[in-house]
Amino acid sequence: MNLTNLQVPPVPEPAAADEQTVIETRDLSIFYGNFLAVTDVNLKIPRNRITAIIGPSGCGKSTLLRAFNRMNELVPDTHIQGQVLFDGRDLYAPQVDPVEVRYRIGMVFQKANPFPKSIYENIAWGARIHGYRGKMDELVEFSLRQAALWDEVKDKLKQSGLSLSGGQQQRLCIARAIAVRPEVILMDEPASALDPIATLKIEELMQELKQNYTIIIVTHNMQQAARVSDYTAMMMLTGETRSGTVIEFDQTNRIFTRPQDRRTEDYVTGRFG
Amino acid sequence: MNRPAAPEFEFSGNLAARNRSGRIWHLVFQISTIIGILVLAALLVNILDSTFGYVAYEAGIDPESLAVDGISLEDQSRDQLAALLQERLSFGAYNKLNDEKPFSERSKADVYSLVIQRIVKYDVLESWALWESLTRRGEILAEVEALRAEHPVVDLVFVSWLTPDFMARPQSSEAVNTGVRTAILGSLWTILITILVAFPLGVGAAIYLEEYARDNWLNRLIQTNINNLAGVPSIIYGILGLALFVRAMSKLTSGELFGLADPTTATGRTLLSAGLTLALLVLPVIIINAQEAIRAVPQSLRKAGYGLGATQWQTIRDHVLPNALPGILTGTILAVSRAIGETAPLVVVGASTAISFDPASPFSRFTTLPIQIYQWTARPQAEWRHLAAAAILVLLVLLLSLNASAILLRNRFARKY
Repeated sequence: MNLTNLQVPPVPEPAAADEQTVIETRDLSIFYGNFLAVTDVNLKIPRNRITAIIGPSGCGKSTLLRAFNRMNELVPDTHIQGQVLFDGRDLYAPQVDPVEVRYRIGMVFQKANPFPKSIYENIAWGARIHGYRGKMDELVEFSLRQAALWDEVKDKLKQSGLSLSGGQQQRLCIARAIAVRPEVILMDEPASALDPIATLKIEELMQELKQNYTIIIVTHNMQQAARVSDYTAMMMLTGETRSGTVIEFDQTNRIFTRPQDRRTEDYVTGRFG
Repeated sequence: MNRPAAPEFEFSGNLAARNRSGRIWHLVFQISTIIGILVLAALLVNILDSTFGYVAYEAGIDPESLAVDGISLEDQSRDQLAALLQERLSFGAYNKLNDEKPFSERSKADVYSLVIQRIVKYDVLESWALWESLTRRGEILAEVEALRAEHPVVDLVFVSWLTPDFMARPQSSEAVNTGVRTAILGSLWTILITILVAFPLGVGAAIYLEEYARDNWLNRLIQTNINNLAGVPSIIYGILGLALFVRAMSKLTSGELFGLADPTTATGRTLLSAGLTLALLVLPVIIINAQEAIRAVPQSLRKAGYGLGATQWQTIRDHVLPNALPGILTGTILAVSRAIGETAPLVVVGASTAISFDPASPFSRFTTLPIQIYQWTARPQAEWRHLAAAAILVLLVLLLSLNASAILLRNRFARKY
């Protein structure tokens, strides 16, 4: 008997019924050339919640995250099968412009990457390229306040974004993403290069931001997932092709206290590999 | 379970040897640098040696014989000097000078230099380099005495061949009257055309190849060809320029198309052809350097741009290019410096060997400093080699000042946050 046949991914638990879905994937598979990196993902990401994607290294967490705003298309030879629905519309439909997608679904990267320009300009640039007509000073202040960075930088807006500390740079990147008013913010291990204090600030910030935004965060750090997220998707390599898939998706407290899947339990309790 | 036995941790104490080899390499690198500096110094010394020194002049007419009423030539008034010109020159030659600028409007120094050029007509009999002039002064004086037997009016003067006059005068067939003004202007015009054509084309191609072009066989072929073109000898570009710009596009390069040249005499041997040829020559180098600079811009900046919903062009314009610009400019400076010194392609394209009027437009015939230097060094008389040395100094100064201003410009852009 072939054991791998038993590892057909189970259909993940649906999100709680009273949540409003903002992003939904239907049988989503992602290929790098011929390599099947992520397979058969079915998720419903709820609005104004923080959803964490956890799992071991190389299981396709970041690949899945990038599929939500079509950033994966920057890698040559990438294509997907299945659907990603954003507010019910297929993000990969031929008439959809990826530029529009990335504007509605912003992204914060693992390594803080402020532009080598002034703090002010870091925030203002995104708004300007989208044709923002309002008062730029107000937008900059609003965005920096939202990112809990205003008090630290209000006297040095003309200084370089690169002059800030690592944690401040990452919050600047969050402020920059907020400034173009996205609906969803994707965060790819935003605190992995930061010390615990800076990490805590980012986590507090995420709690603030979820009033207005939907946040999807990829993290290696299970404590972080447990602390900040409302929902958690557990990913793992499965099948003969060793492709990543979501093996369990549920409210975070259920994932960490009563996981349905044995592999999830092993992973969150530290018994895994 | 049996553990594998740990290997014996025995190391030969080789720290002294490692340090020694480090010191040796350090020394080798230092010596390479010193050799480079010595070679450059030798070059400069050689040029300076030829630029200064004693010259034995013979006047065609002894200036003292031109004294009037005991007043030497130098002390005569402008009108006296003008009268002298009128007396000694042919009617036509005098009128031609007067037509260029009436004598009543010329300064005394101007008229005096005309008298020296047209009537006194100094001729170089013998010339010596700086080192000889300093170390063999006695012998030189003896040689001059020997010369007096045949040439009664000989003057021995210590001169600098590089003078403000030398830079301000147009080219002439007489060593004492020649200058590099025509060549300096020709070089500046040529390089201006080269930059105007090669910089936008080169940067544009680099942006396309780095940011837009897909990785397919056609683009790889183009890339390989650009890399190879950078190594093609410059004379080949000259032949290309001759066929393409001088011959095939002569209507354009001669200015005939714009009604700026007489169709019966117009040729494509113009500044425009020269500039375009040099632009072709430096284009591959500019493209390759610009590509390197664009490639060096971190991918994270592009991602940041795209992640905010910027289009590719917005990202390139606002982030990739500003960050690549210092590198692009460095590559362009190096390429253009090479173009300024190019001789061979311009010989083929048809630089004029003797030309005495300033270039007035891209459709003028031209000469450039390297062409001038090449012409002068090829002449048998020693004085032309001194003049070539002086022209080399002018070329070096021109090159260094153009580079310096380009580097200042680059550093302004490079002032990063």
